[in-house]
Amino acid sequence: MSNATQLLRFITAGSVDDGKSTLIGRLLHDSKSIFEDQLSAISKTSEKRGMAAVDLSLLTDGLQAEREQGITIDVAYRYFATPKRKFIIGDTPGHEQYTRNMVTAASTANLVVILVDARKGVLVQTRRHTYLASLVGIPHIVLAVNKMDMVDYSEARFNEICTEYLAFAAQLGLHNVTCVPLSALIGDMLVDRGNNLNWYQGATLMEILENVEIDHDLNTTDFRFPVQWVCRPQTEEFHDFRGYMGRIESGEIAVGEEITILPSGRKTRIKEIVTYDGDLQRAYAPQSVALTLEDEIDISRGDMFVKSDSLPTVAKEFEAMLCWLSETPLDKNRKYLVKHTTRTAKCLFSRIDYRVDVNTLEQHPVAALNMNDIARVALKVQQPLVIDKYLIDHGTGSFIVIDEATNNTVAAGMIA
Amino acid sequence: MTAHIFTHLDALESESIHIMREVAAECKNPALLFSGGKDSIVMLRLAEKAFRPAKFPFPLVHIDTEHNFPEVIATRDKLAADLGERLIVRSLEDSIKRGTIVIKDLDKPRNPYQSVTLLETINEFGFDACMGGARRDEEKARAKERIFSFRDEFGQWDPKNQRPELWDIYNTRVHPGENIRVFPISNWTEMDIWQYIEREELHIPEIYYAHEREVIRRGNSVIPVSRLVQPKPGEKVEVLSVRFRTVGDMTCTAPVESHARNALEIIEETAATRITERGATRMDDQTSDASMELRKKEGYF
Repeated sequence: MSNATQLLRFITAGSVDDGKSTLIGRLLHDSKSIFEDQLSAISKTSEKRGMAAVDLSLLTDGLQAEREQGITIDVAYRYFATPKRKFIIGDTPGHEQYTRNMVTAASTANLVVILVDARKGVLVQTRRHTYLASLVGIPHIVLAVNKMDMVDYSEARFNEICTEYLAFAAQLGLHNVTCVPLSALIGDMLVDRGNNLNWYQGATLMEILENVEIDHDLNTTDFRFPVQWVCRPQTEEFHDFRGYMGRIESGEIAVGEEITILPSGRKTRIKEIVTYDGDLQRAYAPQSVALTLEDEIDISRGDMFVKSDSLPTVAKEFEAMLCWLSETPLDKNRKYLVKHTTRTAKCLFSRIDYRVDVNTLEQHPVAALNMNDIARVALKVQQPLVIDKYLIDHGTGSFIVIDEATNNTVAAGMIA
Repeated sequence: MTAHIFTHLDALESESIHIMREVAAECKNPALLFSGGKDSIVMLRLAEKAFRPAKFPFPLVHIDTEHNFPEVIATRDKLAADLGERLIVRSLEDSIKRGTIVIKDLDKPRNPYQSVTLLETINEFGFDACMGGARRDEEKARAKERIFSFRDEFGQWDPKNQRPELWDIYNTRVHPGENIRVFPISNWTEMDIWQYIEREELHIPEIYYAHEREVIRRGNSVIPVSRLVQPKPGEKVEVLSVRFRTVGDMTCTAPVESHARNALEIIEETAATRITERGATRMDDQTSDASMELRKKEGYF
């Protein structure tokens, strides 16, 4: 395998009944990513449970607690690779904590595979998964119409489901959708094409995963560099070295270019782009680098470098879509902490505009937010944040909310 | 990004550097757990990439079982010295002397006891965050653990009560007495590690590469003969060409038969291998389907 493979992160959305675990198991198995000791362990379990064939869904079973209760309690990450790409699967369970888990796993995903059962077609939960995918802005959506073997591999049935789904997706503004018919149980159109779906001319699921264009999933135009750590070696050799370390969240930067430091608004130029492997002329998201500047300016963690011709907003009040993650409801009378890029600030929720019913997409006025609720809110923060709309830039448009009393992460926010 | 190729190793490296810098910036008194094994050597290179030209803003810490391969300990000491970084070593023997670890058979595997000395060391230095080189592909309990994993005062992990981790925004806050284990290479696989060792030309202990070694067979395992493992009456000592995929406790780390003499050959072997890293080499993880999960709940990293 060559080193020049790309990394693709994806998630699968669907309930156990849609064959989600079987699909993941099949991808791992047919791409030869399952090891013999894992296979023999699940063969034994399948036998113990009286199953005729090896149940590939057992591969995604995790903890003892889950095995005892027969449920998945959390987001689990699986890894496999083909000669073209390395894949990280965020595997989320399908029960009532689903919204929270799917939002969590979706936040880092390039792609989501939304599963539907060919017999049942587009269901309420399919709409829910699709809405969440659009909310979190997953760049690519694959509609996997599974269990084609149960509908006699009917092309008409597949087309009917796709037409309905694409119309719904378009309402949400989603146009990056690919539909694929498959049978995870038999293995048709996952890694191998099989012999049952010869009318289908498109790519297999694996071909889609291997070839989908992801270079532009990050915002490549607006340079955003939150200062993470100030490097001052204070040694003989690097006496005056002052490197601003961080990860380029979006865009690119070159030596000599003018930057604006926010929130102060001071301007200077990039002197060097320093890395352990030598200085660069130009650096791109999502590289982690150290930048030195032409002028000596007082800069600390939490400040942001941007290019002067594409400025974000500096704000102490803004609106956002919020996903409440905690069992303790949102209390509008309390102060919370917002962590946004490398800056943490106290915040207050000044308004809850509405809650979105994720099944019907209807908006309802509410007084409080409970776990798994999605809502439009207004926030006030104690210090100014350097923000973009989430739609424009995921790096500078996202934040988490922390409860100071418990230190728990209680919400995920996307700036509107 | 058209002219710029960002490979999966670049992506993983950048993510790990970002995580280490978050730890340095937000935690008061972090440490990097460093054993001299291949994963922790990768961690060391990532720390260099994250903080050079400055020194690391944390010490290296090793919890020594005194059951380690001498080649690994030699590499540990050499790397720490070459980098000019501070290395703190605390030994299980100290805990045994203190009476906080009671072991009946001193030659049995000691991994279960490492947690005790680790917690004592955390208390001694007041560390609030310990970075470790664990990977999610190693074991299914790890697959569900966060990059920033919270431990209570007893160092315990509660899998049902983990903080959601979104985007690349990490919640590093802890109450006094609690601490965090941070796993910057969570998303790396065994293959990624070898590709990185090859790309970065990292120096790792020689026993990772194929060499002739005296071994005995017990059950399905091949066990290296060492000062701690001697053949029992009736057991035959064989000389095989082997390499270690992991280098833990000498009494329970099995080598695999191999002729791979460099990282590239190991990458080829790893691509073709059909058994997981821990399945092949860690006898202590085979005792039960959930043995890692149980150890983690007790404070193991």
